[in-house]
Amino acid sequence: MKDIFTGKLVRLSAFDPEELSKALPRWYRNSEYFRLLDASARPMQSSKAASKWMEEEVGEMLLQSYYFSIRTLAEDKLIGELELDVVNWPGRDAFVGLGIGETDYWSKGYGTDVMNVLLVFAFTEINLRRVSLGVFEYNPRAIRSYEKAGFRHEGRLRCLLNREGRRWDNLFMGILREEWLALNPQ
Amino acid sequence: MFDIQTQLYEGQDIRFGPIDHEKDAEIEAKWTHDSDFMRMMDTAPARPMSAALIKKQYEKLEKQIEESKNLYHFTVRAKTDDRLMGTAAVQRIEWTNGNAFLRLGIGAAEDRGKGYGTQALQMLLRFAFAELNLFRVSAMVPEYNETAIALLKKFGFTQEVCRRKALERDGRRWDFYVFGLLKDEWQDRARA
Amino acid sequence: MKDLFRGELIRFSLEEPEVRAQAEVRWQRDTEFNRLADSDPSQLTSEKKIKEWFEKQSETGPKADRYSFSVRTLKEDRYIGFLGLWVNLIHSEAWVGLGIGEREFWSKGYGSDMMRLCQQYVFAELGLQRLSLGLHEYNPRALRSYEKCGFHLEGRTRQDLMREGKRYDSLWMGILRDEWLQMQNGEHQ
Repeated sequence: MKDIFTGKLVRLSAFDPEELSKALPRWYRNSEYFRLLDASARPMQSSKAASKWMEEEVGEMLLQSYYFSIRTLAEDKLIGELELDVVNWPGRDAFVGLGIGETDYWSKGYGTDVMNVLLVFAFTEINLRRVSLGVFEYNPRAIRSYEKAGFRHEGRLRCLLNREGRRWDNLFMGILREEWLALNPQ
Repeated sequence: MFDIQTQLYEGQDIRFGPIDHEKDAEIEAKWTHDSDFMRMMDTAPARPMSAALIKKQYEKLEKQIEESKNLYHFTVRAKTDDRLMGTAAVQRIEWTNGNAFLRLGIGAAEDRGKGYGTQALQMLLRFAFAELNLFRVSAMVPEYNETAIALLKKFGFTQEVCRRKALERDGRRWDFYVFGLLKDEWQDRARA
Repeated sequence: MKDLFRGELIRFSLEEPEVRAQAEVRWQRDTEFNRLADSDPSQLTSEKKIKEWFEKQSETGPKADRYSFSVRTLKEDRYIGFLGLWVNLIHSEAWVGLGIGEREFWSKGYGSDMMRLCQQYVFAELGLQRLSLGLHEYNPRALRSYEKCGFHLEGRTRQDLMREGKRYDSLWMGILRDEWLQMQNGEHQ
């Protein structure tokens, strides 16, 4: 049997609030990291506060949200976070959000590998028909990675962000199940 | 110097008001029994709701308004008798970026097609741009909601995003659009 | 767009907790009704407790895997029964359970109308692939009604129910999306 959670460089593992409540606040102290992921800065959070928030938030969302940790296959190291939110069940459409908190693992194909594993889960295990994402115009690395995974451009919200004194667009991308199957014959 | 006496909440035939916990729940509950209306307003499956459920939603909504501070919710009421006709909201406000999503619906079928939606959108935009000082507003609309699409285009909204086949209703898949309007674009229309 | 909540004889609504409790406290006294609708033993619950239970549902709010409808007649606007859906979101299928508490509306096509409206909701609004149901072997009226609606009898679990000292089979039925779509096309010819 295939282990769908394992890719070539990474595997998806369980979302462990204790482990992540220590890692997330540390990753978010890197302003480049949160500016790539979030539209605006959240207040800095202690591990204690993060832990509490996670118990509350993750507990509530179980019917439509899937949370994972990202670990490297080589060292079994926790390097990032992944979330899949089904926004519409009849349309079987979900938004994916992923972040590689350990910057040493940027630009080495880890993000693309995570996305490939995630799409297998989305299309073959929870039977979605569409996976969507939003990405900021100033994040070309992520945009390229998503293009490689098969996401297509679907437009942009003009001037959505205001950072460093200028405006930036928010891009939307999406991949349909039939498009993914064509790229990844089962 | 602006005219401080300008009434942001008063339109020609409609006005914006707060939720009336006594009267509104029953009326909104009735709207939820109109599957046509609900399918235009929401992507989640249409489902009839009781006034009890609506009241609980009001409580959650007002709690959210108070705690998150990123949402303004109005009831749309008839100017003549303050009757509830619809709802309007500026939601998901991101203050640092100056943007938000708009939501608007006229609930009873007999109140539609009379221009109240146009009046409400006009008031909502003025509130968003001239009072909340937002830079841009967005609106999400399913491909099959031609009335809403026409209304947004009338106000100069641009279709910016097409989320392909994101919805399914009546056995077929539909696209889901996101429209946007920048403050500069709104001001131009207001002057014109 | 079609009116999802309106059939030929009945419409779907959601009644207030007090109204539902008032009706259910009466219906539960009809043990024949309970034995046809349910596998759980007949029991008598106070109106207060029933009302509290419905009010608690309001607390949590609507959930994506659970749909509750009250059923009212179109002609007299009488509240006659209920219909519930349990959805498996991952596998895109649902279970339906329904009941007509007002006996005078039995055997008059109201159940079939409820089921047809339910099928339309499941396939045209929830976008599911399959609708399932279970019934007792001693309920031939329901079996006929559901067969007319296009459900296929898929199996039976032998003697898994005991009532009045005898053991009875449970029957399992299902209708697939394509089968329902074909029925719709057939009707329009």
